[in-house]
Amino acid sequence: MTECCTKDNDNKKKINYYIPFLLIPFAVLIYIFLEQGVDFLVYGIFKLDRSTHLTEAIRFFLYDTPKVFILLTVIVFVVGIIRSYFSPEKTRKALEGKPLFAGNVMAASLGILTPFCTCSAIPLFIGFVESGIPLGVTFSFLVAAPMINEVALVLLFGLFGWKTALLYASTGWLIAVVSGWVIGKLKVERFVEEWVYEIKAGDFQVEDSKVTFNDRIQAGHTAVVDIVSKVWIYIVAGIAVGAAVHGYVPENFMASIMGKEVWWSVPLAVLIGVPLYSNAAGIIPILQALLEKGAALGTALAFMMSVIGLSLPEMIILKKVIKLPLIIIFVSVVATGIMIVGFLFNLIY
Amino acid sequence: MKIEILGMGCATCNKLEDTVRLAISEMGIDAQIDHVKDIKQIMTYGVMTTPALVIDGVVKAAGKIPTLTDIKQMIGGK
Repeated sequence: MTECCTKDNDNKKKINYYIPFLLIPFAVLIYIFLEQGVDFLVYGIFKLDRSTHLTEAIRFFLYDTPKVFILLTVIVFVVGIIRSYFSPEKTRKALEGKPLFAGNVMAASLGILTPFCTCSAIPLFIGFVESGIPLGVTFSFLVAAPMINEVALVLLFGLFGWKTALLYASTGWLIAVVSGWVIGKLKVERFVEEWVYEIKAGDFQVEDSKVTFNDRIQAGHTAVVDIVSKVWIYIVAGIAVGAAVHGYVPENFMASIMGKEVWWSVPLAVLIGVPLYSNAAGIIPILQALLEKGAALGTALAFMMSVIGLSLPEMIILKKVIKLPLIIIFVSVVATGIMIVGFLFNLIY
Repeated sequence: MKIEILGMGCATCNKLEDTVRLAISEMGIDAQIDHVKDIKQIMTYGVMTTPALVIDGVVKAAGKIPTLTDIKQMIGGK
């Protein structure tokens, strides 16, 4: 046994289950007094001039960064605990034998809650198909799972308020339900690679070792460590870009390109967004900058949905199990849904 | 003892393999380690998330990397 290898492992150190509960009130307190604190720091201690762009940018950055991180940590922790009650295997069981429409509704809902990573898309897809879950229902899951995630919701909530977050979640859910249902109606089974149907998946008994509440706290902690360590850099960079735009780019700069009077801005945003791949963390602070400078909400939401909901890497992975026509159908149906949502919001707001 | 790691070559799958190798070397156990990358073969175990850890044909964990201590327990506790 060598010295070197003893340190890195057991990487997920166990934490005491009461620590998060001690920290959460503390985080809430900071969150409440953050704005005053930052104002005091910027105007009181640094004595910066209130009217300059630089001050605005600095204040924006100092305020938004801790705010988003507090929200992110708390919510990812809570979601991590909630997710420990769900698993793809359980979701599959729940979806088995459900009729088309009810199945779509359930699949889209479970897609939000079930832990899912694009890298597991293939075993999941095969697992669903193999146990007789209709393709349309499977697609509802595959649309909802990446599009509506806690990081996206946290950022929308933190930067735009709860209405936008709710709007995003509910319309995203609706898109997942409807596009899955449409795909189900299109009878696309022949576009699934033949070998998928030939696979005889074994019956997998999860060794259901007793999961204690302490284990779920650990799951929340693990989720925080995993996600925050992955996305923090995007968030800081995004907020920095946001801050720069906030301070310097003139008001209504984007209105001519992404404003609501420009009807083609929605399809264009989706067209640009689909091949782009970014996690929610990377895209949202930029959105904020766009919105503030006159981009329409519908256009901005459509852009965000198409970036995180549909992505080239996911299509390449799915290409292994489904044929090109179905990929095209999948992308066009979902993209159409996103565009309708975009138009709708530009119309309402 | 036969230990299989199911995974289609993702980063976490490789990390699981490293951790398993470390576990058996620390325990001084002689085990055969296979990294199964073929999706058809992976599906025969019925798992829907990777990486998964299979010990002597029994799926012990799926969709996550167990800690070194947990892996040792899984190996030792059979």
